[in-house]
Amino acid sequence: MAILINERTPIVIQGFTGKIGTFHAQDMINYGSNIVAGITPGKGGVQHLGRPVFNTVKESVEQLGAEASIIFVPPAFAADSIMEAAEAGIKYCVAITDGIPTQDMMKVKNYLKNFPEDRRMVLTGPNCAGTISPGRAMLGIMPGHIYMPGDVGVVGRSGTLGYEAADQMKALGIGISTSVGIGGDPINGSSHRKILEKFEQDPETKVVLMIGEIGGPQEIEAGFFAKEQMSKPVVAYIAGLTAPKGRRMGHAGAIISSTGESASEKVEQLLDMGVTISPTPSAMGETVAKVLASL
Amino acid sequence: MDIHEYQAKNILAGYGVKIAEGGLAYSPEQATQRARDIGGNVWAVKAQIHSGARGKAGAIKICKTPDEVFSAADGLLGKTIVTHQTGPQGKVCSRLYIEAGTDIVRELYLSFLIDREYERIVMIGSSEGGMDIEEMAESNPEAIIKIYIEPAIGLQDFQARAMAFSLGLPASMLSQAVKVIEGCYRALRDTDANMLEVNPLVINGHDELIALDAKMDFDDNALFRRQNISELRDKSQEDEREMAAADRGLSYVGLDGDIGCMINGAGLAMATMDMIKLAGGEPANFLDVGGGASPERTEKAFRLVLADDNVKVMLVNIFAGINRCDWIAEGVVKAVKNIELTMPLIVRLSGTNVDEGREIISKSGLPIIMAETLADAAEKAVAARNDVIAKGQGE
Repeated sequence: MAILINERTPIVIQGFTGKIGTFHAQDMINYGSNIVAGITPGKGGVQHLGRPVFNTVKESVEQLGAEASIIFVPPAFAADSIMEAAEAGIKYCVAITDGIPTQDMMKVKNYLKNFPEDRRMVLTGPNCAGTISPGRAMLGIMPGHIYMPGDVGVVGRSGTLGYEAADQMKALGIGISTSVGIGGDPINGSSHRKILEKFEQDPETKVVLMIGEIGGPQEIEAGFFAKEQMSKPVVAYIAGLTAPKGRRMGHAGAIISSTGESASEKVEQLLDMGVTISPTPSAMGETVAKVLASL
Repeated sequence: MDIHEYQAKNILAGYGVKIAEGGLAYSPEQATQRARDIGGNVWAVKAQIHSGARGKAGAIKICKTPDEVFSAADGLLGKTIVTHQTGPQGKVCSRLYIEAGTDIVRELYLSFLIDREYERIVMIGSSEGGMDIEEMAESNPEAIIKIYIEPAIGLQDFQARAMAFSLGLPASMLSQAVKVIEGCYRALRDTDANMLEVNPLVINGHDELIALDAKMDFDDNALFRRQNISELRDKSQEDEREMAAADRGLSYVGLDGDIGCMINGAGLAMATMDMIKLAGGEPANFLDVGGGASPERTEKAFRLVLADDNVKVMLVNIFAGINRCDWIAEGVVKAVKNIELTMPLIVRLSGTNVDEGREIISKSGLPIIMAETLADAAEKAVAARNDVIAKGQGE
């Protein structure tokens, strides 16, 4: 099952013919993702990496039944590309682009809300490593080989910290159903909570690991959902115990700007909500293992 | 990106918000001349530094004579000012804003910022101005009014009126208030600001609304399309090392500890800092070298971390995804040789081609301490740091 993508999902790449788009497209094709086409406005009609290039996302949906897209478009134009995908009927979109202006993302989120819920595109990112359903499909820029197929769902803001978790779990023989990067920006497509909802519905996922960080309200919102509406256990690690207040730690969204946004405050609240906390980043794998063993 | 009070006021004035007459001064003589040009018999001499809470720190002086203006200016210029927002190192004041005194009848609070939970711009007001909004949120949360703005249609008149009434403004001042509130909103939208705060917004003796202080913070990701805003950057107000890092495309935050860090990815960097702390050490910095840690980039990052004299040991933690460990190992070896690094260096590599990477480091003949896991790396870094300290004391 997995969530969001599987080996059959027809994928298109927005920003296909650029250097970065080409590199990662090839990597995804090698992994076995079902890449059906790419989009580069003005280059429609040519072939690239053995796939057709279209001028618009709409054409790829109409002609090849594209369902998912991944965006490698530069920050100034990325919001426009996301909205184009939503309008064209893409069901799931990953925005890799780092550096999209916050007010552009505000506009994108508002635009998506115009669609009735059953036709509303799911967006993850921007500023993320993407999503992978190990052994089935990769829609992102992660090193696919470090992910083992299995029954733990992973959702996190950070790319490399997600790799760290996958690596720790693999070393313990624990696999992943799907790993979703929601990105490090202040306003992102999907929250931790939205992804928890999907893992709760997925029969293959038994435990969810949430990798959060300082700043914003999303980890706590997810904790409420875990407590009140989830049957599956949630394990969490919150990065940034040592982060000083008011300073941006790399990610545009990783900044403690009000009470409740520090790592220790989040940890305390999540514990109250029954979430199992991985006390250190090097204990993510073993904490998941313990919870799995207790099922 | 932050800007100065006078710059924010200039922007607001362009949107029809009234400000007191004022001008810049770089010397006590200029300050006195400004005061004379402005006229009147009360002036505020305001240190221009990127920080709020300047009043409490003594960085705003009210003066009654040109002589007082002179000595206030003399006392502030060149001085390092410490507020509770600047941190203990403070910020140097190299320019002053001299402003006509305002007869304050009432002080109000007005701000606009992007609310991450609602994903909208929120307008925040309070009829009690002058105070820190965080203090107010704790002491008197009922006094704070929040109005959320629909992004597609923007701030509506009825919302501006609702804010004006909530601030306790009389009907006679309504149209003036709506103009000020909507002007502030447009200033924030048009410049891609993350935050705009007018604190206090005052009513003077002529029933005029005046922005007595103003603060704006801009979205760094949008500066590419706001040329007029990026020109307002004052690098003297920013941390030198953070700026040097930004110019090299690295993300760096200086901290108080002595274990220098170089890590790829913001989340892993924060996590590594956490591990150092849990192992009993203190990180000297946050540094994300990003995805493409080329040898050149690695060397630049090393130099940046080592520019901090507090650094006693260095820790490198790289999870190679798209990169390969062997490639990163070559970069580290090259950087260590070029820099002639003498302090202990702990390297933890993981991910693609990890065995090849480790082999390059062990064959290099350099005294690099290899670590297997995140925890191992942090423990070895703290142990090495403690050794350095112990040796220092033994001498």
